[in-house]
Amino acid sequence: MAEFEPKIICFACNWCTSAGADLAGTSRMEYQPNGVIIRVMCSSRVDPQHVLWAFKKGADGVFIGGCHPGDCHYQDGNYKTLRRIKLLKKLLGDLGINPDRLRLEWVSAAEGKKFVNVMNEFTDYIRKLGRLELSENGGPPSGE
Amino acid sequence: MKNKKRTGVFVCHCGINIAGTVDVKKVAEELAKHEGVVLATDYVYMCSDPGQKLIIESIKEKDLDSVVVACCSPTLHESTFRKATNMAGLNPYQCEIANIREQCSWVHKEKSKATAKAIKIAKSIVEKVQRNTPLEPISVPITKRALVIGGGISGIQAALDIANGGYEVILVERSPSIGGHMIQLSETFPTLDCSQCILTPKMVEVSKHPNIKLMTYSEVQEISGFVGNFKVKIRKKPTYVDPDACTMCGECSEVCPVVVPNEFDLGLTGRKAIYIPFPQAIPASYTLDSAHCPGLVPIACGKCIDVCEPKAINYDMPPQIIEEEVGAIVVATGYDLYEKERMAEYGYGKIPDVLDGLQFERLLSASGPTKGEVLRPSDHRVPKEVVFIQCCGSRDPELHNAYCSKICCMYTAKHAMLYKHHVPDGQAYVFYIDIRSGGKGYEEFVQRATEEDGVVYLRGKVSKIFQENGKVIVWGVDTLSGKDIQIEADLVVLAMAIRPSQGARELAKVLKISIDKDGFFSEAHPKLRPVESMVSGMFLAGVAQGPKDIPETVAQASGAASKVLAMFSSDELSHDPIVAEVDEDLCCGCKICIPQCPYEARIFDEQKKVVIVNEVLCEGCGACIAACPSGAAQQRNFTDEQILSMVDIILEGER
Repeated sequence: MAEFEPKIICFACNWCTSAGADLAGTSRMEYQPNGVIIRVMCSSRVDPQHVLWAFKKGADGVFIGGCHPGDCHYQDGNYKTLRRIKLLKKLLGDLGINPDRLRLEWVSAAEGKKFVNVMNEFTDYIRKLGRLELSENGGPPSGE
Repeated sequence: MKNKKRTGVFVCHCGINIAGTVDVKKVAEELAKHEGVVLATDYVYMCSDPGQKLIIESIKEKDLDSVVVACCSPTLHESTFRKATNMAGLNPYQCEIANIREQCSWVHKEKSKATAKAIKIAKSIVEKVQRNTPLEPISVPITKRALVIGGGISGIQAALDIANGGYEVILVERSPSIGGHMIQLSETFPTLDCSQCILTPKMVEVSKHPNIKLMTYSEVQEISGFVGNFKVKIRKKPTYVDPDACTMCGECSEVCPVVVPNEFDLGLTGRKAIYIPFPQAIPASYTLDSAHCPGLVPIACGKCIDVCEPKAINYDMPPQIIEEEVGAIVVATGYDLYEKERMAEYGYGKIPDVLDGLQFERLLSASGPTKGEVLRPSDHRVPKEVVFIQCCGSRDPELHNAYCSKICCMYTAKHAMLYKHHVPDGQAYVFYIDIRSGGKGYEEFVQRATEEDGVVYLRGKVSKIFQENGKVIVWGVDTLSGKDIQIEADLVVLAMAIRPSQGARELAKVLKISIDKDGFFSEAHPKLRPVESMVSGMFLAGVAQGPKDIPETVAQASGAASKVLAMFSSDELSHDPIVAEVDEDLCCGCKICIPQCPYEARIFDEQKKVVIVNEVLCEGCGACIAACPSGAAQQRNFTDEQILSMVDIILEGER
């Protein structure tokens, strides 16, 4: 059997994290290809339901990247994201999903290297956790 | 939303930039099979004229209603392809970019995996564009006034250019006078022009210009709004002296009993608590430094007010918060020298005869503490052996700053040369790593220092500096001869690194513009948009954006000013229409979304009992959308349906 390859959805804000990912590319840094970026204007656009939907549809990990605290292009969107994601992580446990499968990081437009490190580290982490198994009725699966 | 679509997908090779790691033919093949895609093709350079023609003709031939270009980052060519799409008669918002270069081909090496990922990215964007709605840019009026932050040469130049273009400028400077660091310099390289002589006419022009409102001793406290319509709160600190009444007689300073280090002379001289920073200060008025005054409330001394004949001093002057509306902002906050505390290894701050470059400028300056005579601080003797050390804190990623401060090679050559002009029988030594003398007339200038003024250049670093018998002993190495060097110097001048000015980081937070790893303000594109910040309507000038010398600073300031003038030349700005909207049938009027909006764009309509969006104020972050419990709020072309369909296609076949 081929080695398990995690499927990761990455929500990246337009101004910081997506630009940081662009910088990683311009600088020709290499990272694992498991995460696919969905660019949103601000991390606060990410609805907790999007995250749950991604897990339901087969994501093994979900990454959300925003601007550093105080640097949000929209004043304080990232604080809203932080609050929502903290709460969502509490709920994930109840749904039988390891909350660490959801990762929120601040990656600025200058932090190409950080984006690369986070992508590699998160991919390795999810690979170690293994595939996310959800039961048919959405109840707690075994093992998490 | 997703009706039967006719989408065209155009996959760019970008030479081998994409095609080298992504099988572009396969991407096109796979995309051709995707529902609603009627054409998927590849081309070597989609952004080229033939590439754009291919898109335009395909739209017409195949009657496409939506377009995906799989190419570089949307920050580069989104507008190119949207314009092309528009030329073919489609709404430009029916074109979307799939970023398969920066976020795929450039970051992955294994071709099969990169290709698979590029297919996922392209398909996700197809899903998005098929649910896009045609949009028209929203027009907003512009306030044709500019704010310039920082009154050094860059801020002065930007303010003058904008003011001469016919628009009002508010120039804010936090210290009591404009002039910045340039006014502290003695001469400038490579022409040896007197720095004050070339700067003061511009300072006077600022003070007399009918279009410039100068606010010194003031700081920007708060900014809200958006391009074309910023609201600024400026805090004006009290100077306790009415500049209109002050006659500059200087009586107050005479009687003031407090002496503190003079910032203008970098501590080489003292000043009183009530002082004028330097004789040509603009505005020409005294300032009472309340931090050093023995006390205003209750009055502890009161000597200055007693001698002030024109009654210009007012101890009760309050700080003022002034609100202004501007359409554009130029950030020109300049630099400070790298902190001396961090260069303890060179005895800086401990040995009195170890100075930094700016202090040496003051020693050389005709208006300086020694009236232009080069005297060392410890015993006021003329130094006969002077050692200049370059790269103090620069190009040292382990201990200090990784970057090159750019100006030090040139100003050190100037210092050594001017020292020799003042002390012809003295000897100047320069320790250097490399000589970086790129610039018009710069290399010749360094040659002149070595050939005409006999400056000895030693390639190597200094390991230790210490005092012995009234001398400053410098241990170093000359890496070209491989010999250890010991110089018994009378004076040592450190070419300290320059770093973003104190408070730049805090200002970045107020302005919501980003800074780079070294704390300089980030430009929108390092090559092609060097005077713009990432925030539209905010521009950068001078060393605040990165180390540079005076001509480059002036050029960038004029560049920023011309960007402002270009913006002010139209009466309206167009605003990105990817804003929030509300489905009034679904909105239950819970108002949860209202406090989510940082722009007060969401208002409750008391009649309809639903929330409505002021689309001019909406910046399109989407925070309110994620908060809406009923799904009534959606962001145009970033709807929940679009995001979920993108998730679906990326995870296709997984569960």
